[in-house]
Amino acid sequence: MNAGLELLDVSKTYGSGAGEVHALAKVSLTVAPGELVAVMGASGSGKSTLLTIAGTLEEPTSGTVVIAGRDAATLSRNERARLRRQSIGYVFQDFNLLPGLTALENVSLPLELDGVSARTAQRRAAEALERVGLVEFGRRFPDELSGGERQRVAVARAVVGDRQILLADEPTGALDSVNGEAVMRLLRNACQGDVSGIVVTHDAQLASWAHRVVFLRDGRVVDQTLPVAGPEALLADDASA
Amino acid sequence: MTVRHALLALLTEGPKYGLRLREEFEERTGEVWPLNVGQVYTTLQRLERDGLVESDSSETETTQQRGFRITAEGRKEVSTWLRTPPSVVPPRDELVIKVLVALDVPGVDVATVVQSHRRRLVELMQTYTRLKEDALDDVRVALVVDAELFRLDALIRWLDSADARVRALATVTAAARERGSLVTRRTIKETV
Repeated sequence: MNAGLELLDVSKTYGSGAGEVHALAKVSLTVAPGELVAVMGASGSGKSTLLTIAGTLEEPTSGTVVIAGRDAATLSRNERARLRRQSIGYVFQDFNLLPGLTALENVSLPLELDGVSARTAQRRAAEALERVGLVEFGRRFPDELSGGERQRVAVARAVVGDRQILLADEPTGALDSVNGEAVMRLLRNACQGDVSGIVVTHDAQLASWAHRVVFLRDGRVVDQTLPVAGPEALLADDASA
Repeated sequence: MTVRHALLALLTEGPKYGLRLREEFEERTGEVWPLNVGQVYTTLQRLERDGLVESDSSETETTQQRGFRITAEGRKEVSTWLRTPPSVVPPRDELVIKVLVALDVPGVDVATVVQSHRRRLVELMQTYTRLKEDALDDVRVALVVDAELFRLDALIRWLDSADARVRALATVTAAARERGSLVTRRTIKETV
């Protein structure tokens, strides 16, 4: 099974007739295994639509979405739901943790929903919490955690199990820059091996953690960054300044 | 960058040789700002002339080999400098000028000009972020890199707002054209 994520000529239109809105117009984007891509654009550029379509939460009006080697359009509703539970991790701006569950339970929930035994799920959840540096916070409830800690729990939940696709929508939301950076470091580190990630943001500092930045405008990909230059590029730049 | 004050500050820790001062300056700024040798030694000579540092007065030794120590006057200077607000005179920003000029050049799409600068700035930020990523425990590198990142980020925000303003202007102008009426400069200005 191929890892990675591929959008091919994806368009999304809402409404019809005079009220028709083209949220995405023939967007093609391939994210390789081990790659984190940031999608930057102003409000209304289509970046959140791109993310919900990549996560199979919405269907495109036309075009193809291939996730971990499978064409999403060929899957039944149940198969898509299973794909979402097993292969895709989401991180949202507002954390979306369940308030009545501890940090550990929040992280183990997607595994348990997928039929993994509670014991195994909790063990893997503890491992995921350890990866985000919060193993000792497992018994705390979301309201006993700071904003930065809550978002790290959300990252742990997104990477628990064998997920291959990480999708994040303004994941550092209202966090201060140091906590925001910690979250971006985790997302970047998570995108290794088979794991591919997309983060959508309007914040250039966050986007600069990605391997590649793609620019969206009016539902179209208009530009993308070149491969990241080494630090020697900075010296050359200083000399000319 | 005030090399003069940075070198003085290094001497507050104790006497140092010229060569050592240069090495420490580069280390402490995460090697983001490499100095040329001449710059360090000329600065040291000026500091000595101004009575802010003293050196071993051996005539045979080069500036590089001489030991330097800070004077009481020098310590006072460092203390004042640390508390003095940095210059707030706005620089004549080349980026601003380019976008302003683009507005008036026929056949140039301002959004495309803005995007090419935006991409270049984001690429620079990626390179700086890589430096920070590789030096997780080095607070000095993080501080220097953050300063550059915030500066570049501010430029990108300005580009974003320029983009939005130019787009709003185009919408107003197009709507007016459709209505067949003339839009006064004032209407446009108020909208933008």
